[in-house]
Amino acid sequence: MTWACKDVTFYDVSWRLSMETSKSQNQNFKVNSKVNGKPVHLKGVTLYKVFENVAQKYDIMNDAMSLGIHRLWKDMLLHAMHPQPGARLLDVAGGTGDISFRFLEYVRSQRERQQRRAVRFGQTLSLQDISNSYSTIETDGPRESTAVVCDINKEMLKVGKEKAESLGITAGLSWVVGDAEELPFDDDQFDIYTIAFGIRNVTHIDQALQEALRVLKPGGRFMCLEFSKVTNPLLARLYDAYSFQIIPVLGEVIAGDWKSYQYLVESIRKFPSQEEFKSMIEDAGFYCVQYYNFTGGVVALHSGFKL
Amino acid sequence: MWPLIPFRWINRRRHCFTVSKVVCVQQLHSSSTEFANIHYDGLYPGHIPTTTVQKALLSIGSGVAALQNPYRHDMVAVLGETTGHLALIKLRDRMRNDPEGYAVLTERPRIRLSTLDLTKMASLPDGSFGREYLRFLEDNDVTPDSRADVKFVDNEELAYVMQRYREVHDLLHTLLGMPTNMLGEVAVKCFEATQTGLPMCALGAVLGPLRLNASRLQSLFTSLGPWALQNGRCARCVLSIFYERRWEQSLEDLRRELNIEPPPVIPKAKKKT
Repeated sequence: MTWACKDVTFYDVSWRLSMETSKSQNQNFKVNSKVNGKPVHLKGVTLYKVFENVAQKYDIMNDAMSLGIHRLWKDMLLHAMHPQPGARLLDVAGGTGDISFRFLEYVRSQRERQQRRAVRFGQTLSLQDISNSYSTIETDGPRESTAVVCDINKEMLKVGKEKAESLGITAGLSWVVGDAEELPFDDDQFDIYTIAFGIRNVTHIDQALQEALRVLKPGGRFMCLEFSKVTNPLLARLYDAYSFQIIPVLGEVIAGDWKSYQYLVESIRKFPSQEEFKSMIEDAGFYCVQYYNFTGGVVALHSGFKL
Repeated sequence: MWPLIPFRWINRRRHCFTVSKVVCVQQLHSSSTEFANIHYDGLYPGHIPTTTVQKALLSIGSGVAALQNPYRHDMVAVLGETTGHLALIKLRDRMRNDPEGYAVLTERPRIRLSTLDLTKMASLPDGSFGREYLRFLEDNDVTPDSRADVKFVDNEELAYVMQRYREVHDLLHTLLGMPTNMLGEVAVKCFEATQTGLPMCALGAVLGPLRLNASRLQSLFTSLGPWALQNGRCARCVLSIFYERRWEQSLEDLRRELNIEPPPVIPKAKKKT
């Protein structure tokens, strides 16, 4: 099924997903198991299933686990992004839509600010300038910002759509099922690519980075928010104790799912450090790669440009 | 179909414990516990090893969650597992000292739809234990497969005792003649609290009545409560009975053998048409 939106074509890759799911996602969940020397494939127990199980309680769990601080991290991402009206965002592993909602809110307030500034400025113009500005007003209005939420998991997207409806956000938002390693978009489409707390779940991170480079426009920005290595040793001890003792308990009590949250904590430990990830992004072909640590390194924001 | 892995077999495997990630390839029914059952790097399928701190947090958290939403059976189950260590040890020892209980502990029977011969039970005469149990399942629209697996007990024999307790719960409803409404459940919990000594049963018996209306509370305090407590004290240990061999036995006969009096009044059950 395809649908076009201006000069961008999105398509639902669910048919492709059904073939690719077993390939990429089973590998992602590292099962070191052999029976009679042959590796055993586990049907049904995949990362897809993990997120399907946690989708309904995902936002509640985020608040409980991070004590609400995840909202600040996402606000800081938006602040660093500083998107301007007319920007096109691709939010990969966007699931429940947190980043996209913030993006649309941000550009909306930027737009209002611009309009107020234009009005104020317009009040001191000469009559000649005002009549000139009338002739240059675009007939179909200024370009609208759009946010595309792309996620491999339909349950997460469903929860996100319901959230959007309850918040009353409809304009400029699209929901697409897609795999970060093989995005269903053409080249050079987006101004900003974000992936918040999703890239550690991708099997081949370098492929995801290549895809990010491909779909970004020249001058486009790649931004990745992810759990990273804590540098301060005392904080690291506290963080480890909290992660391994408390988070699975919260998962069991709130979501009824211990193992998924144990997986979460382990996947955070397996993710490369800030510097390693920075060099991976540079290897993919991004320039001016930088990272910023939040909360002492618990979360890091990596940013790079396609030039 | 969940294949029955004899616990004795797992017991022997405990010695080769370095083979921690054993994978059982089996068909899964969709639930979040399937995840745990795949790799069992614990003492039994579904085991999640936990520290004392985690157990304490779990018991508090599950207690609060169960109070807030009594329909969260998984939270009641977790509360039972994390607080019941001493009671389980006492129960296991009582079972060991009883010949039939010892047979249950060694053979480890499970009560699941896959192990019950429902057609045979349906053909049994009215008044027999098997027929009455089946009638109870149909009337109250419950299934023996809805019991959660044990996760947080750190000893596989005690885990079996806990699992057996959960599976015997429905049989107790039949023995005591109690339906699955709130009043019936509280009565059964009173009985279980005196029988097993599990803190979760005692909590359920104490906090459950908070949700009853005045007339039911009165019925509980005047007749059902004392009856359940009295029977719990005098009855034989209900976990020591090999129920699977007694389907043909008459219910009255079984009650007499276990020293259980029939209920003074039966709280109205919701009959499903």
